Amino acid sequence: MEAWVHLAVAILLPAFFGALVAVIFPARWRNAPWVTAVITSGLAFAASVAGLVYTASRGEVRYYLGGWEPPMGIELVMDPLSAFFCAVVTGMAFFVFIHGKTVVPRETPGKEAAFYSTALLLVGGLLGIVLTGDLFNLYVFLEISSLAGYALVAIGDRRAPFSAFRYLILGTIGASFYLLGVAFIAMETGSFNMGDVARVVPALGDSAPATVGLILIVFGIGLKMALFPMHGWLSDAYTYATSTSTAIIAPIGTKVAAYVLLRGCFYMFDPDFVREGIPLTTIIGYLGAVGIIWGSVLAIAQSDLKRMLAFSSVSQVGYIALGVGLASPLGMIGAVLHTLNHAVMKACLFLVNTNILSRFGHTDIRRFDRTFRIRMPWTMAAFTLAAISMIGLPPTAGFFSKWYLVLGSWENANYVFLGVILVSSLLNVVYFFRVLEKIYLRTDGEPYDEKNEREDAAVEREESPASMLFPTVFLAASLLVLGLANAFIVTYFIRPMIPSGL
Amino acid sequence: MPLTETYSSSLPFWAVAVSLLAVPAILWSARKPNLREFWTLLAAAIKFGLVLALLPGAKEGRVAEFVLLEIAEGIELSLRADAFGMFFALIASGLWILTSFYSIGYMRGHHEKKQTRYFASFAVSLSATIGIAFSGNLLTFIIFYELLTLATYPLVIHSENREAIRAGRQYLAYALTAGLLMVAGAAWIYGTTGTLDFTPGGILEEGMLSAGGMRILFFMLMIGVGVKGGIMPLHSWLPNAMVAPTPVSALLHAVAVVKSGVFGVVRMAGFVFGPDVMAAYDLNTILAVFAGFTIIVASVIALRQENLKRRLAYSTVAHLSYIAMGAALLNSEGFTGGMLHISTHATMKITLFFCAGAIIVHAHKENVSDLDGLGRAMPWTFAAFTIGAMGLTGVPPVNGFLSKWFLCLGSIEAGQWLVLGVFLVSGLLNAAYLFPVVYRGFFRSSDKFRKLGEASPFMVVPLCATAVLSVVFCLFPNLFFGLFDLATAAVEGIMKAS
Amino acid sequence: MIEFLHSYYAYWAIILLLVIGLYGMLVKTNLMKKVIGMIIFQNAIILLFVAAAFKWDATVPVLDPAYPSEDPVNYLNPLPHTLMLTAIVVGVAIVGVAFALLIAIYRNYGTLEEPVLMERMRSE
Repeated sequence: MEAWVHLAVAILLPAFFGALVAVIFPARWRNAPWVTAVITSGLAFAASVAGLVYTASRGEVRYYLGGWEPPMGIELVMDPLSAFFCAVVTGMAFFVFIHGKTVVPRETPGKEAAFYSTALLLVGGLLGIVLTGDLFNLYVFLEISSLAGYALVAIGDRRAPFSAFRYLILGTIGASFYLLGVAFIAMETGSFNMGDVARVVPALGDSAPATVGLILIVFGIGLKMALFPMHGWLSDAYTYATSTSTAIIAPIGTKVAAYVLLRGCFYMFDPDFVREGIPLTTIIGYLGAVGIIWGSVLAIAQSDLKRMLAFSSVSQVGYIALGVGLASPLGMIGAVLHTLNHAVMKACLFLVNTNILSRFGHTDIRRFDRTFRIRMPWTMAAFTLAAISMIGLPPTAGFFSKWYLVLGSWENANYVFLGVILVSSLLNVVYFFRVLEKIYLRTDGEPYDEKNEREDAAVEREESPASMLFPTVFLAASLLVLGLANAFIVTYFIRPMIPSGL
Repeated sequence: MPLTETYSSSLPFWAVAVSLLAVPAILWSARKPNLREFWTLLAAAIKFGLVLALLPGAKEGRVAEFVLLEIAEGIELSLRADAFGMFFALIASGLWILTSFYSIGYMRGHHEKKQTRYFASFAVSLSATIGIAFSGNLLTFIIFYELLTLATYPLVIHSENREAIRAGRQYLAYALTAGLLMVAGAAWIYGTTGTLDFTPGGILEEGMLSAGGMRILFFMLMIGVGVKGGIMPLHSWLPNAMVAPTPVSALLHAVAVVKSGVFGVVRMAGFVFGPDVMAAYDLNTILAVFAGFTIIVASVIALRQENLKRRLAYSTVAHLSYIAMGAALLNSEGFTGGMLHISTHATMKITLFFCAGAIIVHAHKENVSDLDGLGRAMPWTFAAFTIGAMGLTGVPPVNGFLSKWFLCLGSIEAGQWLVLGVFLVSGLLNAAYLFPVVYRGFFRSSDKFRKLGEASPFMVVPLCATAVLSVVFCLFPNLFFGLFDLATAAVEGIMKAS
Repeated sequence: MIEFLHSYYAYWAIILLLVIGLYGMLVKTNLMKKVIGMIIFQNAIILLFVAAAFKWDATVPVLDPAYPSEDPVNYLNPLPHTLMLTAIVVGVAIVGVAFALLIAIYRNYGTLEEPVLMERMRSE
C-alpha cells in the first residue's frame, strides 16, 4: 500500500521533469527533445495505467504533497475517475509525441526543444487538474496548461498569434470565473479541499453562496470546454495552430474541462441537489445538445479538413455535456466512455490530417482526389475507420458511447436528447462521407475505365514514415478494440467511479 | 418436436468469420486474379460446410450457441443457430457459392474494374448476412446489420459514375437512418425489459408499454428492418441501387440485403414482439396494410418498367412484402409461407437476375422491347427465365407455388379474405409483367440475334442450376437439407411459446 | 439600506472593477486595452479573496500573548492571502504571454486595432 501512494505523483512528475529536461540538450542533438518527450509521456502513461488498474480494484490513493495534510497542505487524489482521465491524457500525448518525430522539426525548425517542453507543460498541467484534490491548486494547474496551450496555438501560421490571443482572453475569463466560484465556495465552507467541501456542502442545505460558486465554476469551465455557446475560440485556435499542436491540444484539452465539470457537479455537490435544486446539469445537457447540432452543421459547411475537425470537436464535446446533463449512472458512463473514445478518434483524425498536410501540402477537401488512397493507403484506412467511429457505427468505439447515452435518454424519458443523438449521427455521415467519397471514388461523373486504371497504376505509393504511420494506424485499430472491449471498460473502470449519490 | 436445448459451439462463429478472414487474403492477392477468386470460392465452400455441420443439431431442436464477449454492459455478442436462423443461413451460404461463380464469369466477361474491392466487399457482406441470421439478440443483430450497410455500399457505387454515387448516397441515408431508429428502439426495449435476447414468442409482453408506445416502438423497429426489406414507402433506394453490376443486384435482391431486411421483419414479429403482442395492439394489421399496399403498388409499377433490371427490382419489392405479410398473419401457415418464400423467392429471383445479367453481358440489351427473338439465340437463358417467371406467378411445379400455397392457407385460416385477394391479384400482375419477356424472347422473331450464341458457361451453368433448384425444391421440399422441416420447426417454436 | 451598502463597500468596489474589466475585454477593440481589462478583472478577483479573508481586530497567525489563541476570532486565516500571492504570479505570467502574442501580432500585421486587423487578415 505504501509504495502505491506514490503512483499519483509518479504520473505527475515525468511530464514536468521532461519539460525541464527537454530544453537542456545541445542544439545538435536534434532528436533529444523528442526522445525526452516520448519517454516521459510513456512513463506517465505506464504509471496512469498502473494507477487505473490499482484504483479500480482497491479504491482511491491520496498523496500529501510535502507531507502536509489537508486542509493545510495540498493533496493529490487518484480515484477511478481521475486515474481514467490521466490514462486518456497521457496515452494520447504519448502517441502524438511519437508521431511528431519528423513533423515537428519541419513545422517548427530549430525550436523542437521549446515545442516539446511547452507541450509537456501542457500535459503536466492537465494531469495536475485531474489529480489535485485542492480547488485553488486546480486553478494554478488550469493556468499552467492554458498558458502552454496559448503558446502552442501561437506557433502556427501568420494568423495564429491572433487566434491564440482570443483564446487567451476567453481562457482567462473562464479561469477567472472559475476562481471567482472557488472564492464563493471557500467563503462558505472555509476550505479549498474538495473532500472537505464535499463533506460540508450537504450539511449547509441549499446555501446560496455555494450554489453561486458552483454556477460560476461551471460557466468558467464551460468556456474552457468550448461548451455551446462559448465555443467561438476553438475553431480558429485549432485551425491556425501547427498540426502537431492541434493534435496534442484537441483530443485532451476540452476533455479535462469535462472532468472538472463531472467533479464539481457530481462529487463535490450532491447530484440530486444539482439536478433538482438548481437545474444546472439539465442546462448543461441542453447546451450540449444544441452544441452537438450546431457544431455538426458548421462542420458540414467547412471546406478545410482541419477546420471541419475543429467544429466536429465542438459537436463531440456536446455529447459529453449531454451525458453530464442526464445526471444518471448511464449518462455518466456515456460521458466518460465518450471522453476516451472521442480522444482516440480525434487524435487519430488530427494525425491523419497531419499526414495529409505533410505529404500534399494542403488539407483542402475540395482538392482531395482518389490518388490519395493509392498514395497513402494506410493513412486513408485509418481515416475511414475513425470516420466510421465518429459516425457511431458498430462495432467501433463511437457506437457504444452513443449506445449508453441513448439508453440513458430513454431512462430519463428525455426524447429531445434522443433525437439530437440520432440526428447528429446523420449529420456526421454527411461530412465524413463527403470526404470519403473524394478519397475513394471518382467524382467527375464519368465511369471508371481503362484510362483511369492506367492512371491509377502510374501513381506511386508514398506513405508517411513509420514514426507517423504507427501512431495513426495504432489509434485507428484501437478504436475497434475499444469498441469490442467497452463492456470490460465500463464494468471494471467506469462503474467503480460512479458517485454514490448519482 | 423435442424441447429446445442449447449447447455451446464455436461453429456459428467460424461460419460468420470465415469470409471475413478471406478478406485480407483477397486484398493481398489483388494482382493475381486466379488466386483471389480461389480465396472467394474456398471461403464460400467452407462457410457452406460449416453451416451444414450445424444442421443436424438444429433439426433435432438443439441450438448451437456461441458467446464471443460482452459487447455492451449486460448484453453479449452472442450467435445462436436456431432453426429460423439456420434456415436463412443455409439459403444465404448456399447461394453464395453460385453467386461467386457467376460473379467471376460476369466480372471477367465485362472487364469490370476494381474487382478486388468488389470481391472483398462481397465477402464482408456475406459474413454480415450470416451474422444477421445467427444473431442471438437485438444488439448483435444491429451490429451485423450496420456492417452489412457499410459492406454493400462499395457494391452499390461500384461503377463510380454520377448515378451510382447518387444511388450510394441515397442508400446510406436510408439504411443508416433505419439503423439509428433500430438502435433507439433497442435501447427502449432494453430499458423496459432488461434483455435483448431473441425469444420465440417475443421479448415484450402485453402491458409492458402503453398501446401508443408499443406502436411507436413497432414503427421504429419495422422502419429499421423495413428499409432493407423494401417495404413501401421505404423502398425507393432499391430500384436505384440497380445501377450496380448485375451479380450485385442478384446478391442485393436475392441473398443478402433485402432478405436480411425481411428476415429481420419476421425476427421482430416472431421473436421480439411475438404473436400475442402483435395481435393485442393491432400491430399485425399495421404491418399487413403496409405489406399489402406494397405488393399491389410495386407490381403495378413493375408493369410499366421498360428496363428489365428495374422491372425485376420492383418485382422484388413486391415479393419481399409477401414475407412480411406472412408474418402479419400470425398463424403457423402464414409464418411457414413467409419463411419458405424467403428461400423460394431467393432461388427464383436469383435465376431471373442471372438471366438479365447474361443478356446484358452477352447481348448488350437492357430494355424489354429489345429482346425480340433473343430466346432463340440464348435458349438456356430464356428457359431458365421462364421457370423463374412461372415460379413468381405461383404456377406449380416451381417452388413459388409452395410458399404461395401456404400464404393463401394462412390467410384463409386467419379469415383475412382481403389478404387472400391481394395474393391472388398480385399473382396475376406477376404474370402480366414477366410473361411478356418470355413471349418476346421466344415467339417474336427478329434477325438481330441470328449470329449470337449462348452466353459463357460460367454464367449459364449457375442460372440453369438455380432454375432447376427452383423446380426440385417444389417437388421435394425436404430434399435439400430438410429445409421444409426446418421452417416448420422454427414456426412451431414461435407459435408454441405464445 | 445605507447600512447594507456601507457594510459591504469593499465588495461594491470589487464588483465595479469586475464590470470594468469585463467591459474592457469584451467591448474594447484595441488589443492592448483588452489586456488592460484582463488585468483589472484578475486583480478584482484577487481583491475579493483578500477582502473576504480579512477580519477587523485580528492579527496574523503568529502567537502573540496579547491575542489569546483559544479564540479563533483573534487570528486571520492566512491561507486565502497566501494563495493570492500565487494568483498574482499566475496573473503576471498570463500578461507576459499576452504581451508576447501582441508583439507577434504587431510584427505580422502592423496593428493592434481589431477591425483593421480583421480587415488585413481577410485580405490575405
